[in-house]
Amino acid sequence: MRVTTRLKNSSEQFGWISIGFHWLVALGALGLFPLGVYMVDLGYYDPGYQWYPDIHRSLGILLAGLLFLRLIWKLINPSPRLLVHSTWEKAAAKGGHLLLYLFLFTVLISGYLLSTADGRGIQVFNWFTLPALPGLAGRNEELAGWVHWYAALTLIIFAGLHALAALKHHFVDRNPTLKRMLGIKTEK
Amino acid sequence: MNVKTGLKTLALTSALAATPLMAADYVIDTQGAHAFVQFKISHLGYSYVLGRFNDFEGNFTWDKNNPEASSIEVNIDPASVDTNHAERDQHIRSDDFLDVSNYAQASFVSTGYEVTGEGEGVMTGDLTLMGETRSIEIDVEKVGEGEDPWGGYRVGFTGTTEIHLPDYGINFNLGPAAETVEMELVVEGVRQ
Repeated sequence: MRVTTRLKNSSEQFGWISIGFHWLVALGALGLFPLGVYMVDLGYYDPGYQWYPDIHRSLGILLAGLLFLRLIWKLINPSPRLLVHSTWEKAAAKGGHLLLYLFLFTVLISGYLLSTADGRGIQVFNWFTLPALPGLAGRNEELAGWVHWYAALTLIIFAGLHALAALKHHFVDRNPTLKRMLGIKTEK
Repeated sequence: MNVKTGLKTLALTSALAATPLMAADYVIDTQGAHAFVQFKISHLGYSYVLGRFNDFEGNFTWDKNNPEASSIEVNIDPASVDTNHAERDQHIRSDDFLDVSNYAQASFVSTGYEVTGEGEGVMTGDLTLMGETRSIEIDVEKVGEGEDPWGGYRVGFTGTTEIHLPDYGINFNLGPAAETVEMELVVEGVRQ
């Protein structure tokens, strides 16, 4: 087994930049979800009552930045061709990826709007403060909170389907869909 | 005096007699925001958080010559809680506190008013909060009354009371100093 040495994508192979973006976003989303579920039930006197939400907000903003860079990279460096052949599978793959991006952005934007609903910015670690957008800080925390929770739940379900589809391509179709996202060299 | 006029006079006289010196009806001036439902709760025993309910409406009766006959009814929308912090207000609306999705209204209906001094009294009434109805006492002070500059007639009161949160099923632990909320009410009414 050899790993690819590419940084940029080819028509067959993902390069390490796209691979890195993919797994960092996956790690971020899969980490922030349980952290969010956990932190909202903490007691007031729990030592992490302020700390966990601070981490959750900070990482969320960084993930949004990462996702933004990922999309730019995807525009200037297109993904390899799909390895599925039937029309419905191609449509499902494209639609599925589109929905994953859509729900990622929905979760991140609603989280930002929830935390900035009263006009206060978000302190990202001890690094910088992301200000609230004046026109959007309209005390809509209930709506933003509702969207944040249900979009996150939907995102996790889609991420699970995404993983199942990858396993299906690997074990059933026996194509290198999963391998090439792990950086394993599949092109001659 | 013919019979018809006699009957008319009789009817008018009895109508007047049946109307004792009635207390006037007032509507709380929430439209002009000259009324406030504020609260103050300890933060960790070291300081306070102040907040208010922005949406409420109500009316009362008042007669300065017969204050004991006063009565009031106020409905408050608990979801309108405002402590100037979006995430905290969202938490207060959740089932850790006011559970506004299940209890969409809070109300106070007076049951009696006792005069305790010049312009002072104690208003007793039923507070319904989160489906729990309890009798509470509000210390009332009259601020003033008279004609306003725009052709109306107004009277205003302040009220203070305390609410023990566990009595209404609010058991989220904010510390021993924060089990009781001080309420401060400013009620200005416009005579109808």
